Amino acid sequence: MTESLAGWGGRSASSARVARPGDVEALRDELKNVGDRGLITRGLGRSYGDPAQNAGGTVLDLTDWDTVVDVDSGAPSVRVQAGISLDHLLRALLPLGLWLPVVPGTRQVTVGGAIAADVHGKNHHVDGSFGNHVSELDILLASGDIVTATPAGENAELFWATVGGMGLTGVVLEATIQLKEVETSYFVVDTERTSNLAQLLKTLETGDDDYTYSVAWFDTATTGDALGRGVVMRGNTATREALDPDKRQAALEFAAPQRGRVPVELPFGLVNPFTAKAFNALWYAKSPRHRTDEIQDITQFFHPLDVVGDWNRVYGPKGFCQYQFVVPFGEEAAFTSIVETIAQSGHVSSLNVLKRFGPGNRAPLSFPMAGWTLAIDLPVRAGLDTLLNHLDQLVLAAGGRIYLAKDSRISAATFAQMYPRLDEFRATRARFDPTHTFRSDLSRRLDL
Amino acid sequence: MINALGIPQHILLLGGTSDIALAIAETYAAQSPSLVVTLAARPGDRRDAAMQQLTAKGCTVNAVDFEALDTASHGALIAGIDGDIDLSVVAFGLLGDPEKAWTDVDVARELAEVNYVGAVTTGVALGARIRSQGHGVIVALSSVAGERPRRSNFVYGSTKAGFDAFYTGLGEALRELGGRVLVVRPGFVKSKMTDGLDPAPLATTPEAVAEAVVAAVRDGKEQIWVPGTMRVVMSGLRHVPRVIFRKLPV
Repeated sequence: MTESLAGWGGRSASSARVARPGDVEALRDELKNVGDRGLITRGLGRSYGDPAQNAGGTVLDLTDWDTVVDVDSGAPSVRVQAGISLDHLLRALLPLGLWLPVVPGTRQVTVGGAIAADVHGKNHHVDGSFGNHVSELDILLASGDIVTATPAGENAELFWATVGGMGLTGVVLEATIQLKEVETSYFVVDTERTSNLAQLLKTLETGDDDYTYSVAWFDTATTGDALGRGVVMRGNTATREALDPDKRQAALEFAAPQRGRVPVELPFGLVNPFTAKAFNALWYAKSPRHRTDEIQDITQFFHPLDVVGDWNRVYGPKGFCQYQFVVPFGEEAAFTSIVETIAQSGHVSSLNVLKRFGPGNRAPLSFPMAGWTLAIDLPVRAGLDTLLNHLDQLVLAAGGRIYLAKDSRISAATFAQMYPRLDEFRATRARFDPTHTFRSDLSRRLDL
Repeated sequence: MINALGIPQHILLLGGTSDIALAIAETYAAQSPSLVVTLAARPGDRRDAAMQQLTAKGCTVNAVDFEALDTASHGALIAGIDGDIDLSVVAFGLLGDPEKAWTDVDVARELAEVNYVGAVTTGVALGARIRSQGHGVIVALSSVAGERPRRSNFVYGSTKAGFDAFYTGLGEALRELGGRVLVVRPGFVKSKMTDGLDPAPLATTPEAVAEAVVAAVRDGKEQIWVPGTMRVVMSGLRHVPRVIFRKLPV
């Protein structure tokens, strides 16, 4: 069936035939009968741009391939089909006292998508990205063969090209993920307000080692002395003793409430420079100056946006553009100048997330590297392309890069400069998929 | 591909020497340093000059021989263009001598064939490309002259009325197939085409049309007037009784 598909940002939709094969044989038939526009796997469509769409070609929807194959509570690890969502998987693991090693900003992503984008979470400075915790992949190649790939053993090159490879090496059928043990599904959280960017970076630099999870929100709308004033939120998994006695009974319950949805497609966006500035000021004002040892549930701590379902709808039919970059440590001056450029541009972002990354991994297209990462959300309006092209150049000059799962507009040339190991990825892809059976709008746009 | 901010990588200009088409290409070139432009136009000095103009702006320019009157050739010509066509601009057309256009049958036929039949044959071919690519934007340069025929240039106006109806409908047909059509209705544009004519009220420039087109593509619009106030003016003019309309200085 032909469907129009877009990314989470709601921009540049394209049309493709969507196939939902029920078994491996049907999947192989799709590979055999692939047309010259190729095919790509789509998970839950949470990438902001165009990696999970394939104009004029085929898009594989494997979200029904979502079985938990095996749990090894000794290792501990879990074997799953890659179409399972992290939400579904966490619900299955928590009663066993197990937790995913990396949880990104939304649980509504598949394991396959988490691998393809090599997603990161608030614990990157301690635990690295999702791919670091995958011990084995079963990958269906363009040839129709299913191969096993591991990080250091057989097909290691294929493994690392698949991690962060945006679905372009093959279809991940099953994955084995190493897990964490937890006593509760709650977090002990410390919140601290900082009055400017320098203080914010300093706070993160000095205190992060005491916390497994750390992230900061900050104001990109205020210029001058208070530029980059922010709120640092850091925490650790709560032990049973840390909970109120009445919560201990249900310590491993999946506590992730959703309190509402944006019910309809709005005819216009609710986000404009005025409301965004007000949101920035309000968020800062509502945050405590300093609060320690607060117990928060999964939604409060990990996914404050998931409280409202379909929250992307507040941007209206024009959609929005997300921009996330990282610059290495030592480039704090460049980072500050990027923030100044944003604050002075007149384009106002309400959701600004800042994090200190730990070291990156071996994957040639993986995004995280040791340094500072910032994600902003900007409504699309005149001049945004000029601003973002300018930011690209600042990021590039600082030795940084942008995140493919968030990107929807960078040029092929700038992308290639940001990812000097792109040729290594291309060589591996050429070995396993010489005719580029796996293609997407993203791979066409960036000439991958 | 066209990116999330509406910037294409490869554009096709049909009527590649038109001032408006070139202004659109230049506006995109300023945002996209690696823009590829296919210039479909009659070979000659004007096309060479247009190629130079865009190459100087950093575009990679390919020329293909396009003859608007040779409507039978349009299908193969558009099908033969390499790579995805992210955005095409249908910009060819004749203004003609308005008096000869309704008294000399050859002039009338040429106007109808270039402005209407040629637009339909290229539109069908562009639609086929979009269906197979699964994406693509067509910018169709219509005119306010098609909205309400005037005594002074009704033959031209009639071709643009047909053009406008065709591309508006094509937009509906391609909507579910990944395509989008932007119908652009400029008023009087000071350009090569109107050289020597007295500008009408609310006259605009190719650069202003280009900016409006780029913004409308970014915002996913399906029809625009340039300048924007022309929409209100035409909406009024459409309802003016004929006895009064014929006395208006338009």
